[in-house]
Amino acid sequence: MTKSVKQAENDKSFEDAMLELEEIVSKLEKGDVSLEESIMNFQQGIELSRYCASKLDEAEKKISILLQNEEGNLIEKDFDI
Amino acid sequence: MNKVFSVSDINNYIKQLVANDGILSGLSVRGEISNFKHHYTGHMYFTIKDNNSVLKCVMFKSQASILKFAPQNGEKVIVSGYISVFERDGQYQFYASDMQPDGIGALHLAFEQLKNKLQSEGLFNSDIKKKLPVLPRSIGVVTSSTGAVIRDIINVTYRRHSNMKILLYPVAVQGTQAAGQIAAAIKKLNELNQVDVIIIARGGGSLEELWAFNEEIVARSIYASNIPIISAVGHETDFTICDFVSDLRAPTPSAAAELAVPDVEVLQYKLQNYNIKMKNLLVKKLTMCQTQLHKANSRHVFRHPYDKVNQYRLKLDNELKHLFKNNEMLLKDRKSQFGILAGKLDVLSPLKILERGYSVTRLPEGAIVSMVEQVQIGDNLEICLANGTVDCNVVSVSLYESISATKASASTIVKDTSQVYFREDKAYD
Repeated sequence: MTKSVKQAENDKSFEDAMLELEEIVSKLEKGDVSLEESIMNFQQGIELSRYCASKLDEAEKKISILLQNEEGNLIEKDFDI
Repeated sequence: MNKVFSVSDINNYIKQLVANDGILSGLSVRGEISNFKHHYTGHMYFTIKDNNSVLKCVMFKSQASILKFAPQNGEKVIVSGYISVFERDGQYQFYASDMQPDGIGALHLAFEQLKNKLQSEGLFNSDIKKKLPVLPRSIGVVTSSTGAVIRDIINVTYRRHSNMKILLYPVAVQGTQAAGQIAAAIKKLNELNQVDVIIIARGGGSLEELWAFNEEIVARSIYASNIPIISAVGHETDFTICDFVSDLRAPTPSAAAELAVPDVEVLQYKLQNYNIKMKNLLVKKLTMCQTQLHKANSRHVFRHPYDKVNQYRLKLDNELKHLFKNNEMLLKDRKSQFGILAGKLDVLSPLKILERGYSVTRLPEGAIVSMVEQVQIGDNLEICLANGTVDCNVVSVSLYESISATKASASTIVKDTSQVYFREDKAYD
């Protein structure tokens, strides 16, 4: 159960996380929620922001080219500019 | 007598004449298509006509299949080919090897025709356009592996996001192979499912050079793609079918990279901004709560918590004072009333009567003697005076003649036994 929730959290797309973060910021901006809720929102927001930042670092720097080998299968090779 | 020929001979002779004619063996004819039939064998049969006459035409499958546009009745065309005689029927016809729309080029017409067809099928509908991901895991590029296009895309990509992965699918971008390769690349990239967005790109060129991007097979493969596709074919002013069916059109390959890849610094700045904003807002909220708390604390009721109690206490004291005062007055009132009553009582008191010299005589058992018949000689009587009692012994009893028996009590003669004494304890106040 916990694992699947965790899994879902990890699969969240960058833009979804960004959108949630924006919503939280605007909620905090309105300021009509209780202090407890504000603190909860803040914690969620910080977590989302960390998640987004990790997504920004996550990509793998690489340029590849797809080529066909003798059997006609596609193989990935480094591409030199 | 002229020479007599067979029909075959003369038709064959005419055919030779026509075939050897410098004009008829290779010419172009302008006219309007009519009686157009696209036979199931792939051959096209039609006539072209002007205001005065018609010319029978045929275009065989090998040429008909590479026509870029679909001829239609009424269309003005320029047909190229040669005139020949069909000996069996004794008829001549125009054997067309190529056909161009008169006025606009064949490619233009083909472009318009395919565009209209795909549009009516809904392939360009804006509601089926897929949204580009803000941050793709990696981007696929379908273009030539040589040339400026891929380098531009790589440069722009790394300027914006230095860690982005680029997967190049090399294809021919012009020539007869190009359309098939481009369509296959899109299909393959969908199967591999490694990229989140695909850029189809080519540098500028003539309509002929860009033609692969106007082929139906390319349009269909883009339409079928589950991965969003950005089209960047030719210069900004060149429009291709590929542009219309793609999810987004970019004016240049560099612009396509800009659309596909986010500027990581902008995103980081945005995130940082959110963080700062959230922190500030939370601090603001906390300050607000503190202020509220402070305000509440500084309220009168918290600063002087016993104030209200003291007020009530004062009020209570006051009330009590009133109560006591009222009570006192009531008491005084009662006292004075009592005084009056006591005075009245005093006046009515038998003691007052005794003070005036009257006395009360009692029998030993306590009964008051009011009639002489109550006593006999020798009885001991007690006589109560104003300030004491006297014990007496009856020596004689006489009844007043003139007074009725009921009033004869007073003059009972009693003998003093000389035992008169003050009974101080019984003295009246």
